[in-house]
Amino acid sequence: MIQTPAPVKSRKTAVAPLSIKNLSVAYQKKPVLRNVSFEVNEGELIGVIGPNGAGKSTLMKAALGLIPSIGGEVLVYGKPYKQQRKVIGYVPQRESVDWDFPTNALDVVLMGRYGHLGWFRRPGAKDKALALECLAKVGMADYAGRQISQLSGGQQQRVFLARALAQDAKLYFMDEPFAGVDAATEKAIITLLQELKLQGKTVIVVHHDLATVQDYFDSVLLLNVEVQGFGPTEQTFTQQLLQHTYGGRLAFLDRSLQPPSRLDGKGE
Amino acid sequence: MERIWSMLADPNMQWIFLGCTLLGLSSGVIGCFSYLRKQSLMGDTLAHAALPGICIAFMLTGIKSIGLFLIGAGIAGIIATFGIGYITRNSKLKQDAAMGIVLSAFFGLGIVLLTLIQHGSYGNQAGLDKFLFGQAASMIASDVITMTIVCISLITICTLLFKQFKIISFDPGFARGLGYPVAFLEQLLMLLIVVAVVAGIQAVGVVLVAALLITPAVSARYWTDRLGLMVVLSGLFGAVSGAIGTWISASVSNLPTGPVTVLAATLLFVVSILFGPQRGLVAKRLLRKSVKQRYQRENELQLEGSIKKEAAL
Repeated sequence: MIQTPAPVKSRKTAVAPLSIKNLSVAYQKKPVLRNVSFEVNEGELIGVIGPNGAGKSTLMKAALGLIPSIGGEVLVYGKPYKQQRKVIGYVPQRESVDWDFPTNALDVVLMGRYGHLGWFRRPGAKDKALALECLAKVGMADYAGRQISQLSGGQQQRVFLARALAQDAKLYFMDEPFAGVDAATEKAIITLLQELKLQGKTVIVVHHDLATVQDYFDSVLLLNVEVQGFGPTEQTFTQQLLQHTYGGRLAFLDRSLQPPSRLDGKGE
Repeated sequence: MERIWSMLADPNMQWIFLGCTLLGLSSGVIGCFSYLRKQSLMGDTLAHAALPGICIAFMLTGIKSIGLFLIGAGIAGIIATFGIGYITRNSKLKQDAAMGIVLSAFFGLGIVLLTLIQHGSYGNQAGLDKFLFGQAASMIASDVITMTIVCISLITICTLLFKQFKIISFDPGFARGLGYPVAFLEQLLMLLIVVAVVAGIQAVGVVLVAALLITPAVSARYWTDRLGLMVVLSGLFGAVSGAIGTWISASVSNLPTGPVTVLAATLLFVVSILFGPQRGLVAKRLLRKSVKQRYQRENELQLEGSIKKEAAL
């Protein structure tokens, strides 16, 4: 049973794990993100929600410095992200890599340690033990030596999560970790997210399934090029703001939008 | 066997043998990364782009030396990659189309310059046209020394930066997130490919040199699921191809070394695709057969079991 977390405000530290001010990104002429500003609290699970093409992945990539922005500022624990890379963990979309690459699950998880190694040092026994531990945390300990193309989609996703765990970060970015995974993996991921949260880590998740938003996240960011709403889930995940975010494409929402009290007493 | 030894007794032949083996080794090693980064054709593009670079280097200096050609080919290669990048960024064309355009444009320019050189007043011009299809026999001691240096530095860099090259080949986005200078590492890989290509042009020629980058790497992939081993195997396959190529072309009169080397690499590829464990066609066929047999046997056993049960009742 997971108790409803202690009031978020009390945990709020002086320096926010992530503070984004007026971030704008444009690939071509049209901006993909316009003046995005928000600040997340430490120890929260934050869902980033919005329709296709709203710029959710772009926001994540721009915050990580993977793509250039045309304006704005990203601060991680009060400093530019470039100085804070070691406290940031990243789970890219599963489709972004070729899973036929000649490597095994343990080796992929070990990549999470690279940031802690020197330029020329190879991962050692300690890193391997830690990587195995991370694999065990996502229920993949038995698959350490498995070639990654022989894993199912859900297992591949869990390997990516284990790699992010191995980064031993304080602030995590996850790009659609729930996309196309089976029920077992979804459960493994959400258990893991809760555990990270209990450790005081902050996790920002691009999410698609509106039906589970209220169960999974403390705060939500509603995004459609601009920020349409940001704040605690019970206040922000409302019919009105969602309509605004998604335009008229929200017919099915009426069913999934239930009182936030559903969260109580429902645990993993 | 005796013929090999007698052939190797000739010091000239020794140089060529060593040169081709080293060439195969270094191309095989660096080729792995370009293959895994889905840039197999990049080697071909860089090789064709090298031709005008080499011609211009020769026209400006009038000297035939691998060092100078490396610079010329390197600059041409950089311009070619920028060209490809520019086209893919600013048009709807995909990378393969952009490569095709750049490759043929540079090659066309190269042939024009080559013709100019042949008909012009350049002394010492004999041999430059050999760069089209390569002529291993023209290798001299100093070329082989250059090749040795190239080979050693290439392998050293790949060993030291193995971790980095692995992660930018598998997941460049994640590598960038870790703070690795991905653009720099990608350029470095590209540079190493240019170096391997230019070192190989003299022996194998502009047209075929890319085969030494691609074929050993693809073959090696059939034997292992581990990158480290794959790189070693690929280097080995390349080296063996080079050795076989030199040996056959020396034993059979008038066979060109470069093309024979490429054919030897291709033979290794055919063996790999057929007999590689797990991935090979034969292994796959056998696995399917054994799975089918086991399934049928289990079905039969089950059937027998249920019949016995019925009889017992």
